[in-house]
This record gives sequence, C-alpha cells and structure tokens, in this order.
Amino acid sequence: MNFNWMAWTAPTASFFGIIFCLLVIMTIWELKCPGGGPRIGILRFETTRGDRLFVSLLGSAFIHIFWLALFPGLSLYWALVFSCIYALAVFRWV
Amino acid sequence: MIAKQTNQKAWFMVLPVFLVVAFSAVIPLMTVVNYSVQDTFGNNVFTWVGMDWFKDLIHSERFHAAFLKQLMFSGIILLIEVPLGIMIALAMPKKGWGVPVCLISMALPLLIPWNVVGTIWQIFGRVDIGLLGHSLASLGFDYNYTQDPIAAWITLIIMDVWHWTSLVVLLCYAGLCSIPEAYYQAAKIDGASRWSVFRYIQLPKMQRVLLIAILLRFMDSFMIYTEPFVITGGGPGNSTTFMSIDLVKLAIGQFDLGPAAAMSLVYFLVILLLCWVFYTVMSNIGEESSNGGK
Repeated sequence: MNFNWMAWTAPTASFFGIIFCLLVIMTIWELKCPGGGPRIGILRFETTRGDRLFVSLLGSAFIHIFWLALFPGLSLYWALVFSCIYALAVFRWV
Repeated sequence: MIAKQTNQKAWFMVLPVFLVVAFSAVIPLMTVVNYSVQDTFGNNVFTWVGMDWFKDLIHSERFHAAFLKQLMFSGIILLIEVPLGIMIALAMPKKGWGVPVCLISMALPLLIPWNVVGTIWQIFGRVDIGLLGHSLASLGFDYNYTQDPIAAWITLIIMDVWHWTSLVVLLCYAGLCSIPEAYYQAAKIDGASRWSVFRYIQLPKMQRVLLIAILLRFMDSFMIYTEPFVITGGGPGNSTTFMSIDLVKLAIGQFDLGPAAAMSLVYFLVILLLCWVFYTVMSNIGEESSNGGK
C-alpha cells in the first residue's frame, strides 16, 4: 500500500508512534489493575487513569500552542519539558 | 463460590466500528497533522516548515476575529435556544390530540436540510422579494442583511433559533414526560409554587437531557458552515466569517493546505476542550444533584 498521499514525515510519525505506545501502556496497565483507578483529585470530581491521560494530552497540546504564542523565539522542547511535568502532575494529583 | 465468567465477544462486535472510525476519522486526522507541518504546491510534493503555520495562525488577526465571532455566535445561540426550548417544552400538552400536533410541528424544521434552510432564509430576508425583508422595509426598518452586519447577524441567529430550538424542545419534553405523576401530586399536597415545581422537580429531571442538548447545540453552532455560507457568504465584509467559513476559504479557495491544516487542528482542540469542560461540569452537577436527592 502506498501512503505517500498522507505526506508522512519522521517527526509526525514519531508523534503518533508515541501516542500509540501510550495507549498500549494504558491497556497493559488496565489489564494489570482493572477498573481504571478512579479517584477524586484536586478538581473535586472522579477521574479514571484514561481521563488523566486525556487531560494530559489535551493540556500538553495547549501548552505547546501557548508556548508558540508567548515565546515564539524559544525552542519548543521547553514546552515539551513543561508538558511532561504537567502530565506527571495530572497523574499524581488530578 | 461462583466463578466469574467474562465474555470477550463484545470486542469483536466493536471491531467494525473501530475500523470505520479509523478509516473516516483517525487516518484523515493523521493526514491533517502531517499537512500542518509542511507546505505544498500540489503534485503530492511537500516541504517541511515545522511550526511556522501554527506561529502564523496564532498571531493572525484574521484568525482571532473569526474565533471570537464563532464563540459569540455559539454563546448567543445557547443563551436563546436553551431557555426558549425549556419554556416551549413546559408549555406543550402532555396528553390529547395536541401532543402529536406539537411533536410533528417541532420536528419539521429538523427535517429540512441545512442548505435548504439557508436558501429559505436567504430568500425570506431579501428586501425585494422576501416576506420578512419586504415587511420590515415596509414598516420603516432599515433592514438589509447583505449590507448591514447587524442585520446579517440577526438573520443568522433567528434562522438558527428557528432551525434548532426544536431539538432542545424535543429533548426537554422527553425529560419532562419521564417524571412520574406522583412527584406533581406530592408538590400539590405541599402547596409548592409553579416556580418550586420547576426548580426542584422538573429542572433536576431534565438535567441529563439538557446536558445532551447543550453539548449538541454548542458543537453544531461552533461548527456551523452551510447556513451562513448560503445566506451571507461570510459577509457583509467579514462580519459573519466564522472559523468554519474562514477555514474553507483557506483550504479550498486559496488551496493553502498547510495553514488550513494548522487552523483545523487548533479548531479541533478548542472544540475538544470546550466539549470536555461542558460535559464534565454538567455531568458533575447532575451527579451532585442526584446524590443530594438520595
């Protein structure tokens, strides 16, 4: 099959590869500890670990967008670092 | 002790849906992500540009204006359609011949295709041949949606209210019909006022359907394209150029696939965020009220 029409690049392929790996890890985690690990965190409503992954990914996307808006001259890798810290915080406290 | 049996056949039932969603949504979305970091002049030849389209978009006044207009349109729509829908649902009869008449009348606007709705209102609002436009002009109002931005906005809002309030009405009516008669009898014995009945019986029982109604109306109005395109084409000037119209101009009119893909992704993320916030807030309000009622 020819996928040239999708205009793949190495960075975008890695991006989707990482998201796919995250989903695989979450599936394995769920198989090991079923139920989704629901808990009430700082947002004062119940979240499962799937919710936390969603909030982490969505928040990371906005961190990158705001980084581009506020610091156009600085490297985007800093936004990636902040996103990782943010995701860890979400999984720890949300 | 009874061994718990698990049936995994459901996964095979889900598989066709998974494949359809992958084919119709996930793969196109991946392609959009790929386009958003590249430039092309056609012939399937792409050049890497990194985050340039996103930087341009975020600092673009045209995008800010379209985004604000879209947000304002959705806000106005929700502020009008939700209370109006609840009021009409409350006023509708619960039994007798009036029920089918009301239900069919309410369902009729929902059956009309979006481009036809646009055409109906485009003609209806015209000053020369349209009933609305001509009547307003005869009464001395300076109404012309092709020249006046406020008239264009009012036309679009009235058109959307006419088209979609029925959805809110039907959902609320379904919620109201599910309330057992005993609740009303208990309220009558307690001497509850009409407002108390609404506040403590009808509104809590409608909360779930209202959540669906608000979500559906928000998503639809935030992505509205066909009707404003047919009625105003984004004008006069750029006064009704919402994000969807701007996106189509960029992608199909100018064939700027890279910037259009970047705009699509930001548009998608905003919708995703707002829907998640709406859903989370509304479902938690629903849970709190149902827990409080126990």
